[in-house]
Amino acid sequence: MLIKILTRLVGGGGGGVAAAPRSVSFLNKTFRNYSSSSSSSSSNSSSVKKMTVRDALNSALDEEMCADRRVLLMGEEVGEYQGAYKVSKGLLQKHGPERVIDTPITEAGFTGIGVGAAYYGLRPVVEYMTFNFAMQAIDHIINSAAKTNYMSAGNINVPIVFRGPNGAAAGVGAQHSQCYSAWYGSVPGLKVLAPYSSEDARGLLKAAIRDPDPVVFLENELLYGEAFPVSDEVVDSSFCIPIGKAKIEKQGKHVTITSFSKMVGFSLKAAEILAEDGIDAEVINLRSIRPLDRSTINGSVRKTNRLVTVEEGYPQHGVGAEICASIVEDSFDYLDAPVERIGGADVPMPYAANLERMALPQVDDIVRAAKRLI
Amino acid sequence: MALWFSRSRNIIAHLVKTKISPINQSLFHAKYISYKLPYELVWELRKEYSSTATGMVFRRFESARAGEVEEAVTYSTSDYDDDDDEINDAENKTIDFPGGSVAFTQQMKFISESPDKRVPCYRVLDDDGYPIAGSTYEQVDKEMAVKMYKSMVTLQIMDNIFYEAQRQGRISFYLTSMGEEAINIATAAALSFDDIILPQYREPGILLWRGFTLQEFANQCFGTKDDYGKGRQMPIHYGSKQHNFFTISSPIATQLPQAAGVAYSLKMDNKEACVVAFTGDGGTSEGDFHAGMNFAAVMEAPVLFICRNNGWAISTPISEQFRSDGVVVKGQAYGIRSIRVDGNDTLAVYSAIRAAREMVVREQKPILVEALTYRVGHHSTSDDSTKYRPLDEIEHWKTARSPLARFRKWVQRNGWWNDEGETELRGTIRKQLLNAIQVAEKSEKPSLVDLFTDVYDNLPLNLHEQEKSLRETIKRHQKDFPSDVPV
Repeated sequence: MLIKILTRLVGGGGGGVAAAPRSVSFLNKTFRNYSSSSSSSSSNSSSVKKMTVRDALNSALDEEMCADRRVLLMGEEVGEYQGAYKVSKGLLQKHGPERVIDTPITEAGFTGIGVGAAYYGLRPVVEYMTFNFAMQAIDHIINSAAKTNYMSAGNINVPIVFRGPNGAAAGVGAQHSQCYSAWYGSVPGLKVLAPYSSEDARGLLKAAIRDPDPVVFLENELLYGEAFPVSDEVVDSSFCIPIGKAKIEKQGKHVTITSFSKMVGFSLKAAEILAEDGIDAEVINLRSIRPLDRSTINGSVRKTNRLVTVEEGYPQHGVGAEICASIVEDSFDYLDAPVERIGGADVPMPYAANLERMALPQVDDIVRAAKRLI
Repeated sequence: MALWFSRSRNIIAHLVKTKISPINQSLFHAKYISYKLPYELVWELRKEYSSTATGMVFRRFESARAGEVEEAVTYSTSDYDDDDDEINDAENKTIDFPGGSVAFTQQMKFISESPDKRVPCYRVLDDDGYPIAGSTYEQVDKEMAVKMYKSMVTLQIMDNIFYEAQRQGRISFYLTSMGEEAINIATAAALSFDDIILPQYREPGILLWRGFTLQEFANQCFGTKDDYGKGRQMPIHYGSKQHNFFTISSPIATQLPQAAGVAYSLKMDNKEACVVAFTGDGGTSEGDFHAGMNFAAVMEAPVLFICRNNGWAISTPISEQFRSDGVVVKGQAYGIRSIRVDGNDTLAVYSAIRAAREMVVREQKPILVEALTYRVGHHSTSDDSTKYRPLDEIEHWKTARSPLARFRKWVQRNGWWNDEGETELRGTIRKQLLNAIQVAEKSEKPSLVDLFTDVYDNLPLNLHEQEKSLRETIKRHQKDFPSDVPV
């Protein structure tokens, strides 16, 4: 099983061109420090513990594998290479090759195997180098994993987790940058999660592994190296976040901004800028794409009367479109302005750094959209 | 090996110096390194070596000469090396590459795309049901033989009657296994009850053998409240946990890598059982066939792959499906032991599957069995195969090559069966089936609650709301709601 394969384009960690979008130096850290052993506590902090998303995922996987012998991890480069993005670092050494499986380059194959193993009662975690490659296995995800519990009348459940980076990285071009949240979010039978912070990553991955239904877990490559403060509760091995509940990252009263994954960070920055102009934005971290926490979103819009949806993915048939429909159906009378939808440009992702920047939502776009509503 | 290299270098140098003119020298090199050029073309060029054009061609080859002598593989024309062949073959010439040691040869031989002889087919009974002289097979006693034959008859009658029911509009769809009764029943008889079946869709005989009743088949086809599938699936998509028969899934060949996964889990359980995955000839074209076979071999998963090569994938004959010698040869490509068996010979199938299953369980490795047969019926009720194949061909396989007739002759000659038994059996089964259909038709359909359950383990909020909303609508428009759907 120890088959060495050349890493794919993205090359074992963020290591592409340093695209240098305007702000965030954390991106530089991602590119260079992925191989250094990152400690879960920052050396220069006071009493606040910090943990990178990568470590959050790694510790969640490790703890769930210790707790339940049926949990196993499979994917390309997850074992010997320690994970294409080092998320599974140390797991092969600790749990052995029967539970951390390096697979050949056959997404359809190892997804099929994972689904079969789940049929029989194991709890596989299938890792894709990116969800772009999962398209080669999407029949197994949708026709087999998502529908089987229903089609077998509850006789065969599929406790499987499909995880991996989703959406744009930096300078990786069209076939490595698409966001699949809308695709999987439309399929009954699947649960779809999109963590932002380390707390999200830990809690949601644990919940996903423990869940008896198939879960699509959409991570983000650029967030892997970002460190977030974590409380003692988060670090505890029993920590778990309920699936289907959004989190209000910042309370506000003038406009609601919904977002998920990386865009939560952008939305929070936008909220800071808006605050300078006296606009108090409420930022919601969806956490769960399916089931969508409609009650939290509607409740927030009923309070603020204005809504901006933010996502990286294509706008047509996107998550924002669904949220907009939900608001119109349930809270139409509360809207004081039309819903603003922010999504990626309707083009295959270009490679050139400047074009890529133009193709993705930026903090300024969110600020401008919110201001248009006021 | 270094010695051999230097020797060949010397041979070439020697030949070049003594036999070949400067232009021929270039020719020789051209032939030597340009194995991309067809051999015939090189001879053409040789004839015209005096022309300037070819001279220019050779000059190009000159620049490609760099390093040729250091290459690991060398070859030369037979004119020069007849004597040297013997000397060189006697030495051990192997070289290490990732993947292991491999011997190499000076002869440039291509493996033929089609062998002189096709892989022979294991057979026990001839077309008249007589055991072929010298055939080795697993003995079958009276009880087993009669049970197998009766099951084959039951399967055939069930197929006929349900097919007719679809034609009468009583069910929406049906798919028969006509012509493949031997594969169905003999395989089922050869396996143990604990072996987990991942079917394609033409293997209901396995369920039948394991005790699935005619009523249970009817319930699924009619989608009644007694259907174990809760009315969720098209007809013939049977599934039964207690019979170790995974629910049939329509996309072709998806069950193959899944079988490897199930087997991997089964292996961890250390059970004396294996996984049996079926596919047809068409299914072997799917990418999942490659993935499933390859993974099973690499993971050493105890899967018995059975390919029912019945000659047709809807309207695609096997000549358009693949160009290999059937499916059995693909086993070796994946490092999987394989056998070809006459799928219409009940005893051969029984023996082969028994042996294969034992190997799979004992050695914990996959095995591939290709059962050659013929799809007598149409692909399904959505197909009319007379549109793409001749009537007399179908008729021939239906009668002269019928697996039932052949096995019946053997069983009757042993004194274990007779014509009266046949008539009685057919009458009884037919009656039972018609009764089962009547019962199913009169049965209630699954209740409304089964529309929403099992999408997830627990009913999610949105479906809860939808169900509530639906029930309210039903209350308001009672007369528009179909009367045969229990609320």
